[in-house]
Amino acid sequence: MIELFNFILLIILIIVVIVVAQIRDLLSAVILFTVFNLILSLLWQQMRAPDVAITEAALGAGVTAVLLVATISKTRRQER
Amino acid sequence: MKFEDDIVNTVTRIILPFITLFGLYLIIHVHLSPGGGFSGGTVVGAGFVLFSLSFGISIQEKKLSHRTSALLESYGGLWYVLLGFVALFYGYNFLTNDPVFGLGQSGSLFSSGLVILVNIGLGVKVASTIITLFDSLGGEEL
Repeated sequence: MIELFNFILLIILIIVVIVVAQIRDLLSAVILFTVFNLILSLLWQQMRAPDVAITEAALGAGVTAVLLVATISKTRRQER
Repeated sequence: MKFEDDIVNTVTRIILPFITLFGLYLIIHVHLSPGGGFSGGTVVGAGFVLFSLSFGISIQEKKLSHRTSALLESYGGLWYVLLGFVALFYGYNFLTNDPVFGLGQSGSLFSSGLVILVNIGLGVKVASTIITLFDSLGGEEL
């Protein structure tokens, strides 16, 4: 059961990464990047690395999103 | 950036002590449980970023000014190096743990000597680094 859960999480992770690379709207890209970090944090916990999972959840899903949104609000939102 | 929003302010007011307490727990229990100076400092810094996002950066400037956080960032690194030099005065190598700092009972909270002291300085440095990054990037006009 938990292997199926991990497999579904990995599939969602790959789809989200491809969408982040392809999307034109930068704010949507930042939000999807946060989703990517959150799923990756769950996967780190499943791979028995809770230390990395805590750091990934706090730094990747929290601080990086705030800094990237601040950068977007200082520049433009659409990718050229 | 400041949200004039009651929901954001109330949720921040409720949840901020728990975020900070969890970060301090991660820093203090470095040798007993997952986490450490880097993870705990990141959680504490993220709590401060949440505070300045919801209440405005001028109120956060009263609690912890830009100059104080920059000084804390520098002295966190200096604290690590000075703890390494303590062992040199006793005739051991740089950052020696065992004979200089007492190891204590294994499994208790204050037991690992140098590790917990180094990680307190590391947590202060990482937390103030994140606050300084946000202040430098954000500022008043964000």
